[in-house]
Amino acid sequence: MLVLIGVPIVVIGFALRLNALLVVTAAGIATGVAGGLHTVEIVSAFGKAFADNRYMGLVWLTLPVIALLERNGLREQAKQLISRVHAATTGRVLMLYFVIRQITAALGLTSLGGHAQMVRPLIAPMAEAAATKRHGELPDAVRQQIRANASAVDNIAVFFGEDIFIAIQSILLIKGFLEQNGIVVEPLEVSVWAIPTALAALIIHCVRLKLLDHRLSRSLYVPGTARRQGAAS
Amino acid sequence: MIRLESLYVVAGLMFASFAVFNLLDRANPRRVINFVFWGVYAVTFLFGGVLPHFVMGCLAIALALIAGTGKLGRSPSAGESGEAAMRREQGARRFGNRLFIPALLIPAVTLVGTLTLKYVPFIETKNVTLISLVLATLVAFAVALAMLRDSPTHALKGARHTMDAVGWAAILPQMLAALGALFAAAGVGHVVSELVTNWIPQNSAFAVVAAYTFGMALFTMIMGNAFAAFPVMTAGIGLPLIVHQFHGNPAILGAIGMLSGFCGTLMTPMAANFNIVPAALLELSDKNGVIKAQWPTAVLLLIVNTLLMYCFVFRF
Repeated sequence: MLVLIGVPIVVIGFALRLNALLVVTAAGIATGVAGGLHTVEIVSAFGKAFADNRYMGLVWLTLPVIALLERNGLREQAKQLISRVHAATTGRVLMLYFVIRQITAALGLTSLGGHAQMVRPLIAPMAEAAATKRHGELPDAVRQQIRANASAVDNIAVFFGEDIFIAIQSILLIKGFLEQNGIVVEPLEVSVWAIPTALAALIIHCVRLKLLDHRLSRSLYVPGTARRQGAAS
Repeated sequence: MIRLESLYVVAGLMFASFAVFNLLDRANPRRVINFVFWGVYAVTFLFGGVLPHFVMGCLAIALALIAGTGKLGRSPSAGESGEAAMRREQGARRFGNRLFIPALLIPAVTLVGTLTLKYVPFIETKNVTLISLVLATLVAFAVALAMLRDSPTHALKGARHTMDAVGWAAILPQMLAALGALFAAAGVGHVVSELVTNWIPQNSAFAVVAAYTFGMALFTMIMGNAFAAFPVMTAGIGLPLIVHQFHGNPAILGAIGMLSGFCGTLMTPMAANFNIVPAALLELSDKNGVIKAQWPTAVLLLIVNTLLMYCFVFRF
């Protein structure tokens, strides 16, 4: 029972709004101690996991390229481009990205999107520009909401697309775990069952994006403002 | 031979440059602590392959302690100047759609690399996607530098401001992986499975399925990662009850179980790289803004997953 100490530490630490990095570290150390590990073993376990998972930090290598492009107007140009497309709305821009992201993830190409290299420089500015074109200058709260939705699309599309691909990490993990327990399954047998949820995610989230468009039109449409009436027609 | 370790050196050098730029930033009163933080992180990348695990562990814990002081902070010079805004407007007019070329080169070259590098002799084949991503980034960087006639220093300085905005959240995924490792070493999975078998009604197939899918989501929220929750919940509920007692299909169990965990990922700040880092990247004032945009989809999908599993797992 005592080895479960890490769970309440994480929950309480989070409730008290302590630094998450510190809370996770404390939970790890406490779990190790409760599990009867020696100090050296605990610290080494941290070190090994930290070293083995350095690949998670490689995504930051895209930052200098993106910073350079942004410094020279990438986001402005993304907005410019979308404001010339008449049919563009925030919801439609995000739906299109959802579909592309989900299909490419299902083909195993999960690194084609991402928050640093796609959402921040391209998708979020485009989604914002689509709303600006229809409704004029946006209040800050609305801009933030649109950006948050752009990130949400990236996450949801990739999560519920990638498992259709047979060689993705999570499918291999499922296969490996079942094998350890004496059950042999082919990756394809597993990944094919990711398809119903993928379709459900597509439908549910696209409906929500449609509703987002409705909400934007309702909250931002002010009758009597010539520019906005013109844009809405 | 291009291996993961070579990519880590590139990343390490970049983090080292962030550390140095921070140290040189006299406008920032927090420059020394920022320097130490990114400096230590750079060391873990540069020497992670050769340092003993114990030393790496000490460095990781040191990073957590530095973050825990709450003294990391962005430079005030990161703020917007009118000059920078003008430069961007002018750049957009001058380069137009050509600005998209380097940005789209990253996915395009990654795609080509993923498909072709497998056949190139001096590449470590099992990490071909990550190697392609980094090569694509370097290609895009070179093209951007040539096209914009800008300097790499400006690129690194801009990147450093973004990195400072993300801060310690950048390191949380690695620390959560460490937490998962310690949970495994201490035998948490075994204890959870004992608890669960004592607590849920074992005669109702639906109750067992719902306990498994919701358990996956909840445990993922705590661990920040569905991969850490999967072995625990599947050993605890999935295999003994759904597969062995009710004769469910293990492939369906695994697939939909993992996706139920992903619903949890969408709802937890512990999954920093998906939920908290983007909030920093997009300069949201509410750091849970992305989670707020996601949770209705996540809850609906969790219900869908539970129903899908109940309908399929006993039938195929």
